[in-house]
Amino acid sequence: MSTDTAARNADPAIRPFHVDMADEAIVDLRRRIAAWRPPEREPVDDQSQGVQLATLRDLANYWATEYDWRRCEATLNALPQFTTEIDGLDIQFIHVKSRQSGALPVIVSHGWPGSIIEQLEIIDPLTNPTGHGGSASDAFDVVIPSLPGYGFSGKPAVTGWGPDRIARAWAVLMQRLGYTRYVAQGGDWGTAICAAMARQAPEGLAGIHVNFAQMVPPGVLGHIRNGDPAPADLSDAEKRAYDQVAFATYHRGYGVIQGTRPQTIGYSLADTPVGLAAWLLDHDAITYEHLARLFAGHPYGAITRDGWLDNTSLYWLTNTATSAARLYWQQAVTGQNFYAAADVSLPAAVTVFPDEYVQAPRSWTEKSYHNLIYFNHAERGGHFAAWEQPQLLSEELRAAFRTLR
Amino acid sequence: MPVTTENSAGATAIRPFTIPEVPEAELKALRERIAATRWPSRELVADRSQGVQLATIQELARYWTTDYSWRKCEAKLNALPQFKTEIDGVDIHFIHVKSPHSDALPLIITHGWPGSIIELLGVIGPLTDPAAHGGSAGDAFDLVLPSLPGFGFSAEPAEVGWDPGRIARAWAELMHRLGYVRYVAQGGDLGAFVCDEMARQAPAGLLGIHLNLLKAALVGPAPAEPTEAERAALAAIAVMQTSGYGYFLEQATRPQTIGYALLDSPVALAAWMLDHDTDSYCKISRAFTGGQPSGNLTRDHVLDNITLYWLTGTGTSAARSYWEGGQAAARAAGQAPAEVTLPVGFTTFPGEIFRAPRSWVEKLYPHVIYFGEADRGGHFAAWEEPQLFSEEIRAGFRPLR
Repeated sequence: MSTDTAARNADPAIRPFHVDMADEAIVDLRRRIAAWRPPEREPVDDQSQGVQLATLRDLANYWATEYDWRRCEATLNALPQFTTEIDGLDIQFIHVKSRQSGALPVIVSHGWPGSIIEQLEIIDPLTNPTGHGGSASDAFDVVIPSLPGYGFSGKPAVTGWGPDRIARAWAVLMQRLGYTRYVAQGGDWGTAICAAMARQAPEGLAGIHVNFAQMVPPGVLGHIRNGDPAPADLSDAEKRAYDQVAFATYHRGYGVIQGTRPQTIGYSLADTPVGLAAWLLDHDAITYEHLARLFAGHPYGAITRDGWLDNTSLYWLTNTATSAARLYWQQAVTGQNFYAAADVSLPAAVTVFPDEYVQAPRSWTEKSYHNLIYFNHAERGGHFAAWEQPQLLSEELRAAFRTLR
Repeated sequence: MPVTTENSAGATAIRPFTIPEVPEAELKALRERIAATRWPSRELVADRSQGVQLATIQELARYWTTDYSWRKCEAKLNALPQFKTEIDGVDIHFIHVKSPHSDALPLIITHGWPGSIIELLGVIGPLTDPAAHGGSAGDAFDLVLPSLPGFGFSAEPAEVGWDPGRIARAWAELMHRLGYVRYVAQGGDLGAFVCDEMARQAPAGLLGIHLNLLKAALVGPAPAEPTEAERAALAAIAVMQTSGYGYFLEQATRPQTIGYALLDSPVALAAWMLDHDTDSYCKISRAFTGGQPSGNLTRDHVLDNITLYWLTGTGTSAARSYWEGGQAAARAAGQAPAEVTLPVGFTTFPGEIFRAPRSWVEKLYPHVIYFGEADRGGHFAAWEEPQLFSEEIRAGFRPLR
């Protein structure tokens, strides 16, 4: 179906949404976890062969016996949720309006292996800043959609749903919500969506904030593609980013598998919850260490065992891990490196979190985001910035967007 | 160093082995798991470019639960002389078939991933009894078919370090224990890496090797004016490096992560194993959906292999072989490997990941005594074309008798 046809036939209604998974689905999940057939323990004492058996056992035991999905449902259903059809796809989103007048609307995009669960704890600090050490003038209206193929949004039945198409859908969404001036925020895939929105420059979009910068200069990309060592004329910070990007592009197994064979891994992700849980844990080395410790009883900022399992259960119960993986394939077929400079001229703000798997150097970031209105190194936090450090990220957004109000 | 145990004399002896009859309850549980498979949505493309196609794997699952029988495979294996012996701390399973002909040349063939000894059953007859299979008695072999550590009925190593070099040493020890003072070795896929190491170690008794996969895709810089064969090989390798190396990378870096699915979901395991390379995927897919198997790569044989991985729970340990290979390659980087002076035979099969040009084989192995170019068969050459494969092996090793 062409976009024109989809646009003509689309139902612009915004319908209330609430989550209500069938009992049988939850019983089935627990049954599958209980019937888990574990492999032998890894012959190493660290994560060098992947997710460790002890960690997954702790996760599986908790998931099958103590974890309660209905609590997550209640949390979600206490929030205003909606769906609307855009470009042939049902898009589900949370929409919380601030009580403050003059609130700036922000659309926040999650990534992989995340979901709207990541952003739940920033809703109140953003919409109700005075309740969280901020000022009324920094209030936001918050829109948090599930990406196409993720969570409660529909699964695309055609190829093409990359960041550009998602960005166009987000602009339609904000327009449909009646917003004439708004901003966009994201990390992981969310950063690509924000960059695409900025390049498309839909009416109303005033600027973007990203907690992951896409910033590798065009002249450097070729070296990465060739597998060259970092060029000698790069600064130390640039060399570090170069190595991190090269690794992330070519040496992460899940990235390459999802980028080339999402359907093949998809059978694992749809049929075994413990297999799915392991796959989602293994995003990057630093995050894995924190999550492994989380299941050994240590805190990970505001991320809890229940919260992580809310996210994992969401992938499982909606059976969206395969459709989610296809986003990597969609990016890969363009032949473009995800980390390439975003080439954004709209006002852009960047926060670099210290445990992010690519540390964006300011020098490259300034060349990628031509109108960089804000650049800051947060003092703590990693890849799941909003989830782990909701207060800190909220403060970043307030500071970043203050000049755009 | 071999691990000695109290019962070391017993463990390191050559012990006859029969596969224990798998309890019917276990086979039933497997069928129930397959039947309870929760499927993802269909791929968004009309071809295999997003991976194993839903129609293919669903038809495989249907056949697996309704028409397939493990018992036939069990019986087939147990009709063969099987043994176990503990080498370097790992119990190694192997099939050992002696030729009825005297002066048979002992030959150890090593399978790869996602294969097993199942791949090689069809060559036992042609290699050990050539006269009964269109060949001559003078080309007979005694055949030793081990399961790699962590595969099939061999034990899983509990420690790291079982790289191709260590496996090669274990294989030399195996042939020594069997009393062979002159023998040859053959391998494809991971088996080719093991044979390459055997040739570099040059244990007493090893006369030469034959390979059907070239370990180093290219030795030295790319040729300035590639021949047509070199161009074709480079193009095929580029395809693999762009879209075909996902499984390789995941298993080389995170075998434990993918391993959980490989042990918990039969369909996940089957899909993962089907997607080794496009040629074999398409052939296997056709066997299940179009009804026409390619040579001996029948539905039953494919499921014999997958079921073996499932019943032995070796999906994860088999994946680890890539991790070990990756670690070994990292350790060896920048160092010149030991030269191969032993005779090397090589056969290219048209469906292999890339068709190695003779020029490349000769760069890697100074003493090439045989170079064959088969006109049928792919990555699982022995499995798919046992007769043709056997003829290549006979020709490859004839100069060494």
